[in-house]
Amino acid sequence: MEILFALAIGVLSGSGVWLVLRPRTFQVIIGLALLSYAVNLFIFGMGRLVVDKAPILADPAATDPALYADPVPQALVLTAIVIGFATTALLLVVLLAARGLTGTDHVDGREPP
Amino acid sequence: MSLALIVLLPFAGSLCAAFLPSNARNAEAWLAGAVALACTALTLDLYPDVANGGVVRFVVPWLPQAGLDFYLRMDGFAWMFTLLVSFMGALVVLYARYYMSPEDPVPRFFSFLMAFMGAMLGIVLSGNLIQLVVFWELTSFSSFMLIAYWYHRVDARHGARMALTVTAGGGFCLLAGAIMLGTIAGGYDLEQVFAAGRRVTAHPWYPVMLVLILLGALTKSAQFPFHFWLPHAMAAPTPVSAYLHSATMVKAGVFLLARLWPVLSGTELWFAIVCGAGLASLLLGAAAALFQRDMKGVLAYSTVSHLGLITLLLGMNSRLALVAAVFHTMNHATFKASLFMAAGIVDHGTGTRDLRRLSGLAHAMPITATVATVAAAAMAGVPLLNGFLSKEMFFAETIFAGGGPALRIGLPAIATIAGMFSVAYSLRLIHQVFFGAPAKDLPYEPHEPTRGMLLPSMLLVLACLLVGIFPARTIGPTLELAVHSILGEEMPEYSLIVWHGLTLPLLMSVLAMVGGVGMYLVRYFYGQRAVGNAPVSAPFDGRRVFDILIVISHRIAERMVRFASSRRLQPQLLLIICVAFAVGWIPLAAQGWSRGHAALTPVDPAYALLWVVGSSCAIGAAVQAKFHRLAALIMMGGAGLVTCLTFAWFSAPDLALTQISVEVVTLVLLLLGLRWLPRRLEIDEARRQTFTARVRRARDVVVAVVVGAGLAAISFAVLTREPVEGVARFFVERALSEGGGRNIVNVILVDFRGFDTFGEITVVSIVALTVYALLRRFRPPPESIELPRAQREEISQTGLRAFNPAVALPTGVMRVPAVLVRLLLPMAGLIAIFLLLRGHDAPGGGFVGGLVMATAFITQYMVGGAMWVEWRMRVHPQYWVALGLVSAGGAGLLAWALGRPFLKSLAADLHLPLIGSLHLSSVLLFDLGVYLVVVGATLLMLVALAHQSFRSPREWFVREAGQD
Repeated sequence: MEILFALAIGVLSGSGVWLVLRPRTFQVIIGLALLSYAVNLFIFGMGRLVVDKAPILADPAATDPALYADPVPQALVLTAIVIGFATTALLLVVLLAARGLTGTDHVDGREPP
Repeated sequence: MSLALIVLLPFAGSLCAAFLPSNARNAEAWLAGAVALACTALTLDLYPDVANGGVVRFVVPWLPQAGLDFYLRMDGFAWMFTLLVSFMGALVVLYARYYMSPEDPVPRFFSFLMAFMGAMLGIVLSGNLIQLVVFWELTSFSSFMLIAYWYHRVDARHGARMALTVTAGGGFCLLAGAIMLGTIAGGYDLEQVFAAGRRVTAHPWYPVMLVLILLGALTKSAQFPFHFWLPHAMAAPTPVSAYLHSATMVKAGVFLLARLWPVLSGTELWFAIVCGAGLASLLLGAAAALFQRDMKGVLAYSTVSHLGLITLLLGMNSRLALVAAVFHTMNHATFKASLFMAAGIVDHGTGTRDLRRLSGLAHAMPITATVATVAAAAMAGVPLLNGFLSKEMFFAETIFAGGGPALRIGLPAIATIAGMFSVAYSLRLIHQVFFGAPAKDLPYEPHEPTRGMLLPSMLLVLACLLVGIFPARTIGPTLELAVHSILGEEMPEYSLIVWHGLTLPLLMSVLAMVGGVGMYLVRYFYGQRAVGNAPVSAPFDGRRVFDILIVISHRIAERMVRFASSRRLQPQLLLIICVAFAVGWIPLAAQGWSRGHAALTPVDPAYALLWVVGSSCAIGAAVQAKFHRLAALIMMGGAGLVTCLTFAWFSAPDLALTQISVEVVTLVLLLLGLRWLPRRLEIDEARRQTFTARVRRARDVVVAVVVGAGLAAISFAVLTREPVEGVARFFVERALSEGGGRNIVNVILVDFRGFDTFGEITVVSIVALTVYALLRRFRPPPESIELPRAQREEISQTGLRAFNPAVALPTGVMRVPAVLVRLLLPMAGLIAIFLLLRGHDAPGGGFVGGLVMATAFITQYMVGGAMWVEWRMRVHPQYWVALGLVSAGGAGLLAWALGRPFLKSLAADLHLPLIGSLHLSSVLLFDLGVYLVVVGATLLMLVALAHQSFRSPREWFVREAGQD
């Protein structure tokens, strides 16, 4: 499973990097979304892959951390997901406004010569 | 307490003054005058407390562990300066009331003037070095604002910038020096610094620290080679020059030198730098003053010279010289301020300050002429005036300074020459302006000013006379007090009397008088044309060096920018990615990559299949984003779904829930945005196949593959190692006992790291408002304005506009979705609340609940149309956001109210009749805030975007597009 997870991060980030380097704004947005999946998975993976051990205390006495998946990366990723949405929205609107002002959807605001 | 008032009153007054109407000259002046007089009264009231060597203290602890408190401290020396600053402030305010013209926006003037007064009082009363530097910089800034008061003038802007660059640069050095001094002394409080005593000068850091502190002091006091900013600061209104640039701010440098004199002085280095700078300024300033055209220019250079004199005295490492320095500081403030005021009166009455045009004003302005003459005589050091006494002390000190023979003869000689210059320029100032034939072609007819404008100047001259004639009875006790508080018990013997008998200093005075008169006569008869630049000091003019340095630094900065940056996004992103990759690669290159040997989870074919789909989606999105946006969007969503399932698979139900709801709103967001993107460009195959385009694509593919492979390799290396326990134990063990929740992730978010989450929801709110604000000025591209094809067809078929708000249910294909979506709203609301409430113990929480609720709302918009929805209900997302922030912040403050730390969770179990026991927790209130913010912010963004479909392009844009 670990190798699959690592490969998934690789594919997502590779696709994201390729798109981020493209000239059209829409490509950049999609690329950033893919990159953020990759990064979120990467941070999440720092807690290792654990099956069926959701960090929810079933029994109040069972407080051994080994019984649960690491909750810290999960908490970090949770906020990252929401912030990621907010920045995607902001980026989209900035790009739309730039598109309205410059008349092009090239990332530099003008078509290459 | 009254100490704090003295510092705070001017700042409060500054704030009030800023809000008065712009023509309220009288109200402003009354306010500022009252503040200055109140400070004076408070200072006088404190006299008994400091009279016998006592020290008044006021401390507000701030960061005691770092040795930083808000600490005000008044001893005799500080008392004298406080009185000087506040009383001079009152006089300047009175003067400024009449000086400023009705057209000038006075609130700005008085507001900054009072801010300056507060900052200056702050310097004087600071008991802590770091705090002193803060006030120091504040004076630089308020001085900048005041010099640039008439910012429509080039010289004002230039002078202000120069003054700020020099003094703030010096302030920066001072900060470094103060930190070093505090470190050497073991604390930043002045008491600790004084207690360090000789340890400071013996410390190996001493030379560097001293140079840094002196850089601060010498720049502020306009000492050579930093003196050049002061003449350019004369572009300020004259009250500012009188107050800041003669009496107070430039004295901050010498104040600091005197303040730290007991610990810093007494070394060769101190003597060399301080005396050197003082001597150079004394002589160059005096020489340059003789060749100025502008009355204020003369006064500015003479200020440089007199401050040089004070600096020189402070550098002599002699207690008696310190007494003379403090004494001259007071004297200089009185006569120089009154001279500046006289210059302003002349300017006001005649319309010019040009010495070549002014002449014979004594006929038209007899009182001004008298006042200015007396003040100038004090400046020249004429007996029976205060300037004479301190200059006499100075001459005496130069004789007894000791040192080698060169010093023993050279110093008195230079002092006498400087005295001659001083006499000459004072004489020139008075003689050219007030005597001789009355000038003819002045802009205005000269006339005596109103009494209010003369009064401050007259009071100051009266002080010059009184101190000059009865020194022991007037200034004596204050001087004694001030010097005593610096030197402690080691007071030198000195006598404040006018007549010391026929002594060597008296001879020097006489020589200076005679020589000065002679010098002026030579200058008058032979040198009339040599004005503007002083022949001696012109090569030392730091201004050219300053300008050259500024130009050079601009050029270097431009080069750097041109070299290191690009206006194009793609190279920047490429650079960021490469640097990030390098940062990750460097440690690997040093240590080598290796996989770990932890037990691996067995591969599940279903999971493998899942990621076959996910990876295909990611690659497909990468390929299609240019050619088919909708397809790319759908595939991106596919990759997101697989990510979400991965979270669910590996024990992160909260993440899975959040990811899927975010996925939905992101998709809606991008769908809404799609409409405003331009039509796909025709693919220009020829262009795509050029060599550079191929190389660029090949390069990007390589970068993408390398980065992807690198991340995969690092991930694999980490995943195959045994987990590190980290901080997980803390959270797992305390989630229930201290956080009161079973869902550990949620407890971390709303309790342990609640402040973090609070910051995050604030960011989300700000982003939402920014999106809203950006879209208000949005100009849709003309080709996107038309109705979409589906809507046009519906209109042509039914004759009705789609989303007609008057119709309850749409006809046609949208009928079924409309019914379903409306049924969905209450259910979705219920689920959202359910998720919110269970969040603390089971997967869910404010984020997920909020996103579900927002999705339910936005589907109404999508299916019913914005107009239809808003015809029936107004959601007001901004209220949700505000309420959410208040609720989350309130949950935090609630803990404060009970004496707990901010955001500490509070819980109570209530036993109610019928209902039973009820667990109440402030955490729920906090999570409710998160929920409200997420609903509001998401809706604010999406609805603002949806509203764009009502827009029509701006007219000019249509015209412009029509021309193409």
